[in-house]
Order: sequence, then C-alpha cells, then structure tokens
Amino acid sequence: MNYWPLLGIALVVVGFALRFNPLLVVAVAAVVTGLLGGLHLVPVIEALGKAFNDNRYISVTWIILPVIGLLERYGLQERARTLIGGVTGATMARMLALYLVFRQLTAAIGLKDIGGPAQTVRPLVAPMAEAAASQRHGTLTEDEREQVLGMAAATDNVGLFFGEDIFFAIASILLIQGILASDGVVLTPLQLSVWAIPTAICATIIHGARLFLLERRIGRQHAGDRA
Amino acid sequence: MITLEWLYLLTGLVFAIWTVLSARDASNGKRWGNAAFWGLLSASFLFGLYLSDLANGILVLVLVAIAGFGGLGRSDPPTTAPQERAALAARFGNRLFIPALAIPLTAVVGTLLYNYSPVGQWGLFEPRRETLILFGVGVLLALALCHVWLRPPISAPMQEGRRLMDSIGWAAVLPQMLAALGALFAAAGVGKVIGSLAGDIMPQGSVFLAVLLYCGGMAMFTIIMGNAFAAFPVMATAIGIPVLIHQYGGDAAVIGAVGMLAGFCGTLLTPMAANFNIVPAALLELKSQNGVIRMQAGTAIPLFACNVAIIYFLAFR
Repeated sequence: MNYWPLLGIALVVVGFALRFNPLLVVAVAAVVTGLLGGLHLVPVIEALGKAFNDNRYISVTWIILPVIGLLERYGLQERARTLIGGVTGATMARMLALYLVFRQLTAAIGLKDIGGPAQTVRPLVAPMAEAAASQRHGTLTEDEREQVLGMAAATDNVGLFFGEDIFFAIASILLIQGILASDGVVLTPLQLSVWAIPTAICATIIHGARLFLLERRIGRQHAGDRA
Repeated sequence: MITLEWLYLLTGLVFAIWTVLSARDASNGKRWGNAAFWGLLSASFLFGLYLSDLANGILVLVLVAIAGFGGLGRSDPPTTAPQERAALAARFGNRLFIPALAIPLTAVVGTLLYNYSPVGQWGLFEPRRETLILFGVGVLLALALCHVWLRPPISAPMQEGRRLMDSIGWAAVLPQMLAALGALFAAAGVGKVIGSLAGDIMPQGSVFLAVLLYCGGMAMFTIIMGNAFAAFPVMATAIGIPVLIHQYGGDAAVIGAVGMLAGFCGTLLTPMAANFNIVPAALLELKSQNGVIRMQAGTAIPLFACNVAIIYFLAFR
C-alpha cells in the first residue's frame, strides 16, 4: 500500500499550525497529495479544477450578503438588540438555550436551512446575545465579547448537527444506510434516525449547561462593577 | 426547468458587480487584487460549465495565489453611522426582520410545498436542488421587498454586500476549496490507507476498545477532512461493520447512526470545517480565526464521550 499520500494530511496540519494562508495550504496539500498518489501534474490540476467546479453550489449562498448588508444599513442589528432588551428576564444564556432547542427541533423535522451564520447568526442571534449579556452585566471586555459572539455561532452549529440526523430524509442518514446496505446490512432510514435522539438530548443538556456556566462566569467577573 | 446553472449565473452576476465596484474603489490600496479575485470567481460561476478541467484548475491556482500572497484588501464603502442606524432602527421597527426572515422561509416553506403538493409534479426545478434554487428566489424576493419599502440608493445593496464580502475575504472560497481537497484525497487513496491502519491497530477481545477506536477514528478523520461524510465509509468498512456488527454482534442501527454523530463532534473541532467554524468567525469579525472552535470544544469533547457510551451500552444490550 502507498502511504505517501498521508503526507498531504501532515502538510495541512503543519500549514494551519504555522498560520499560513489556509487557502494556500489547502491548494498546496491537494496538489502534493495528488502527485504522491501517483498522478502527473496536469491530471492533478485537472482534478482540482473539476472538483472545484463541481462544488460551486457551496459558495452560492454568498448572494444573501446584499440583503443582510442593506438591512444592517437600516439598523437591523440595532433593532435586534432593542428587541431583546425589551424582554424582561431575557439573559444571554436563556436566549441562546431557546435558540439551541429551536434549531434542534426545526432541523429534526427537516428545516435545516432555517438558520446559519449569514442567515441568522450575524444579523440576529449574535447581536441579541451580546445585548442581553451587556444589559445584565455591564460593558463586556474584548475577550468576553469574543466569547459571547463565538458562543452564538457555536450554538447554531450544535443545534444543527445534533438535530438534523433525527430527520430521516437527510444526506448523512442516507449515506449511513447506503454504506451499511453495500455490506448486506439492510435498514430503513427511520430505524437509523431514531438513534440520533439520545445524542441530541445529551447535546441539549451539555451545551445548554455551558451557556449558563458562561453567563455565570461573566456575571462573576462583573460582580465588582456594580457594587 | 429551472436548474442550478441559473443560480450559478445569478451568483456570477453578483460577483461580476462586486468586481467592477472593487476596481473602481480608489480608497482600497489593493483594489486590483480584490477585483481580480472576485472577477475570477465570477468567471468560474458564469463560464465554469464551458471551461475545460485544466482551465478551471488554473483558475483555482491563480485565485489561491492572489489570496495566498496577501493580494486582498478590505474595502470600506460609505454607509450609515451608528447613530443614524439607531434612528433608522427606531423608525422601521420590527418590520426590518421581515426581509431577513423571508429568505430562509422561502427556502423552507417553498421546499415543503414543492415536495408535498402537486406543484412538485410540474418539474419546475432541477430534482434535489429545489431548496438551493428557492434560496436564490428568496434572496431576489427580499431584495425587491427592501427596494420598494426602504427606497435605498440604487447602489446600496451591492455596496453593503461588498463590505461584508470583503470582510470575509478569501475565507469565502475555503469551504469549496476543501471539498476539492477531499476529492483529491479520495483519488490518491487516503481513505483506504487510514482504514487499513485503523484495522491494523485494532485490539482483539475488547468491545469497549473497539467502540472507542471506531468513534475516535470517526472524530479524528473528520478533523482531518473537515467532513464526517468522508470519514464514515472509511471507518464503517474498516471497523464498524466487520468488527462491531459482524464479530461482536452489535446493533447496526446504533453503530451506524451514533458513529456518524461521533464524527460530527470532530466537525466542531476543526478549522477544516470552514463553513461552520472559520466563515462565522470572519462574519462576526472575531479577533481569533478559531474563536468559534474555542467555544465548541467544551461541548464536543463530553458529547464525544456520550457517543462512545451510547454505542457501548445500547448497541450491545
């Protein structure tokens, strides 16, 4: 067996660790892996071009930016902050926990495109979380602000990942079914997708608890501010 | 029939406008770098179908060279000041959410209507691409709504969009680039090598260690590839099916479903899953590129342990 292509993986790890431009790291790793796999340079570049072209659908979602940018020009983020400020008892942890469960439940019934970093996190969830945290605890430090914003994006991911597989007609469930079937283990998508539920419950509990811990940690840091 | 290619033409057009606006932006010292980068991406969307694989490959290499050697700058097109935004927010109120929510709603409700009503029989959209196409429809609807209601200057949507696009910069094409890397890993047989290595270090006689190796392999390989989909076929055929299901007689449904979710824990930990981890960090303008991963690690690691326990206790009852 040819073990040389594994060097491509090492290149990615080293390149990311040394903080070279990730786009450059990935392209170099792709070319090197192809060459070590026994292909010549021209077929490697052709394979790269074909794969890039076949995956254009991934970058289509950027056409949402003119809408989000325009709405921000008219105060969308400010409005999101005001809205959360008007809810009595709204805290960052409660708001993000609610979003976590909302994202899990909607993804579980197949509505996985209802959220996302550009669709909901930047315009709505992140400013709301930040407003709720600073309203309760006072002005956030730079690092606290980074943590709250990062947590907003993290919550969107966790909610999506550990909700979507409960829906039986999703690509990953169909992939599992296909791989098992090719080895003679025949299951229906529904038999598989119910087994996403235990992990989904664990995710709600673990991530939910972490949201409240973050809230408490920020609260402790600022306890002196108000006294 | 409306195909994905229509959406590519729309996207190519949007990038073409950003190209022209970038080239004319004298306030950005690197304007030609930005114009070249978005221009090449525009060309990929508009003409990718007609270019040879080699031409597409060279396009990719030039794109990477521009970004990799610092050719991209951040633009700052004129916009409203914070006080103005606060006043506008008070004036327009919660209705500002309507266009933003119209996009996911069009995509989701449209997909449901299309798939569960007779409309789906008309063959309006390319099969299995209806959600993405309806997302594009949602964007156009939202833009039209904003235009009628807010009456912005004609250039405002594209200039504001360009501000966000430039703040994301090269990270915008990283997810697509990583998908291309995955294709080359597959062509070079990386998956087969990893699978055989995992099989070689497989300890005999311990169900727990086998479960741990299976889940650990899913998470590790996902961290490397940025995608659990690439890891699953490798780990399932190396350990999941032959050892856990056939040799130890575990429940195949639990092993398949929860094994994939162990991989998803890896997705939370890796910069290679750029669209989930790096792109949001750029979109939220975080100082650290790994600011999202940092907040996810505390969830991913205990959740991984839960997955190991779920398989060990529930697949081998």
